[in-house]
Amino acid sequence: MSHHPALAHHFEDLEQQHESATLGMWAFLITEVMFFGGLFTAYAVYRWRYPEAWLEGSHELDIGLGALNTAILIGSSLTVVLSIHAAQRGESRKIVRWLLATIGLGLAFLVVKAIEYSHKFHVGHVPGPNFASGDFVHTETQLYFGLYFAMTGMHAVHMVIGIGLFAVLLGMAMRRRFTPEHHSWLEMCGLYWHFVDIVWIFLFPLLYLLGRNQ
Amino acid sequence: MSADTKRAAAPEPNYITANYGIKSWLLTTDHKRIGLLYLISISVFFFIGGAFAVLIRMELLTPEGDLVDSETYNKLFTQHGLIMIFFFLVPSIPAVLGNFLLPIMLGAKDLAFPRINLLSWYVYTVGGLVTLYATATGGVDTGWTFYTPYSSTYANTQVMYTAVGVFITGFSSILTGLNFIVTTHKMRAPGLTWFRLPLFVWAQYATSLIMVLGTPVLAITILLVALERGLGIGIFDPKLGGDPLLFQHLFWFYSHPAVYIMILPGMGVISEVISCFARKRVFGYGFIAFSSLAIAVLGFLVWGHHMFTSGQSVYAGLVFSFLTMVVAIPSAVKVFNWIATLYKGSISFETPMLYALGFIGLFTIGGLTGIFLGTLALDVHVHDTYFVVAHFHYVMVGGMVMAYLAGIHFWWPKITGRMYPETIAKFAAVVIFIGFNLTFFPQFLLGYVGMPRRYHAYPEEFQVLNVMSTAGASILGIGYLIPMGYLVWSLWWGKVAAANPWRAKGLEWEVPSPPPTFNFDQTPVVTEEAYAYAADDSFVETEAAKPPTYPSDPKVGADS
Repeated sequence: MSHHPALAHHFEDLEQQHESATLGMWAFLITEVMFFGGLFTAYAVYRWRYPEAWLEGSHELDIGLGALNTAILIGSSLTVVLSIHAAQRGESRKIVRWLLATIGLGLAFLVVKAIEYSHKFHVGHVPGPNFASGDFVHTETQLYFGLYFAMTGMHAVHMVIGIGLFAVLLGMAMRRRFTPEHHSWLEMCGLYWHFVDIVWIFLFPLLYLLGRNQ
Repeated sequence: MSADTKRAAAPEPNYITANYGIKSWLLTTDHKRIGLLYLISISVFFFIGGAFAVLIRMELLTPEGDLVDSETYNKLFTQHGLIMIFFFLVPSIPAVLGNFLLPIMLGAKDLAFPRINLLSWYVYTVGGLVTLYATATGGVDTGWTFYTPYSSTYANTQVMYTAVGVFITGFSSILTGLNFIVTTHKMRAPGLTWFRLPLFVWAQYATSLIMVLGTPVLAITILLVALERGLGIGIFDPKLGGDPLLFQHLFWFYSHPAVYIMILPGMGVISEVISCFARKRVFGYGFIAFSSLAIAVLGFLVWGHHMFTSGQSVYAGLVFSFLTMVVAIPSAVKVFNWIATLYKGSISFETPMLYALGFIGLFTIGGLTGIFLGTLALDVHVHDTYFVVAHFHYVMVGGMVMAYLAGIHFWWPKITGRMYPETIAKFAAVVIFIGFNLTFFPQFLLGYVGMPRRYHAYPEEFQVLNVMSTAGASILGIGYLIPMGYLVWSLWWGKVAAANPWRAKGLEWEVPSPPPTFNFDQTPVVTEEAYAYAADDSFVETEAAKPPTYPSDPKVGADS
């Protein structure tokens, strides 16, 4: 039995190694669910307690930009899947191409987010001593913006980490490190990216959409 | 250590002699070496945390606050709690013994993610250094619980740095938990089914579940406090409509399960030790295994019993009180099964067994007083008194530290290849047991008659019991220094250990002491259940129990 170059010394075979990596990644994603769970709990408690303040706050967000970012992220999940698909078929150049697309979409998301943030800074809707509380009827609206920045901020941090991971993968792909039988790294980072994507799928309606018809 | 002579004579190098130099340790991915790195780090933190305890007990020797002022005292108990909980108790057994033993017990060459394992130690160390920096530059006075709004708004101490330190260290336990879960699922040797696993592995697995599910919640909670303190986000700030109680809910959602992170691995050690020194199969294997999982699950449902007097609703209090009673059941299952294991066993009193028996007694007292505290009406009377302090220390020090010492002694020959000196070790175990009870039993009485915790001065009628407690703490402190001394001594002058000096069952006893770097030359095949001790199996020297004889090593066989 010859050893695959990617097989680590402490595993019996590539299958065991891949299964371990997959289970480890899913377990890690569960820790992420618990991490964001704390934020979502805080959101739920205060939304239930201060519905008017939440309504007031969500009307300040730009639905157009939020929807654009949602589309960008869903698109980036697609490009990740396509890169994995390319790896399964051994098409190295396509891996590189789809990874580049993913990184580009990730950066586009961050740019849109930065535009939204800078607008909030501009009009003084950032919690803290300079908060323009005169703009709002309810004092708890500041709490809404606190959670808005905490939740989207933590999400953005995860985006930055993800883009960094894909940059590393891009380097590996250019050195043709991924083969049809072994591309665990690509799949694991893909799982992570889908998770970050799903967090946004929850954030968008909770922060931007709920109650907008009122 | 006579490593050089041994190396020349022994046929195969072990994990310690495989390679040399500081780099071979700091860049190692060997789970056994990482276990030793953790052992050194947590020992340092144990003695730092202990030093704070010494100062606390010295202040409480007299009713007046004469040694330190009240603000300094606040810092002393905060630092003691923080360091002992996050930097000693949480990583103690999992990161040292678990790291060392889990892969060997599973018949694997290493943990599933060796580099992540090393990373976890670095993360722990960085978190520890940040916390020590905060300690050295003024310390923190919020209590280890960081209650808001004090921690977020009013405290003028090093809350930020401490919070960052604890936040970082949390990731090391997440990584350890991840590694253990994947390794247990995916890397068991052929024939090693779930119900042949040693109970130590079950305990580590249950602990890992809590680490993975609970620790991220602590991370986000601390992060929110830091954001509130640093950027004025105001999630827990009543001025903005935020609710400090939400902090307590989030904090205890982690920190109550965290006490099971601290005790479950100890219970795993006790199962191994009791079975070995009673020469008997563990009674009720399945019950003990599942009780670990039950504790892990139920432990997540009882956090509200920390908040009976915080203003949570009475109905919530009732439910949490009931669930607290429920979580006592799996703990009691374990105690009863250990006692049933002892029944008609052929018991011998080596040092690990002394600690294990001490554990059973002290944990029972600690556990039962936990029922008192979980009882809604009684808790209103004794909350925030020394009764709580005594209860907690009975479980954590009387339970976990005893179990940790039992495990360290039990596996010391495997880890180092040397025996510890038995007579002085037994003496130290007795000293620790006496010192512990003298320290903490008076605190039950103090709490019951109303002495509040976290005050540096107290009325004169409490002095006698406080003097007893401080006297006990002195004995306990000396008791902890003795093992520190003789264990280090044994590295050079201890008797060379056999592969299986206790004639115990389990894969870790089938490899040499110390094990080679990859543990097994060939993947072992497991054909029997754990703890297959024969009924008449007393201590007789067999081939495996004899120390190996290397002709060129003069120290072999020389008794200590």
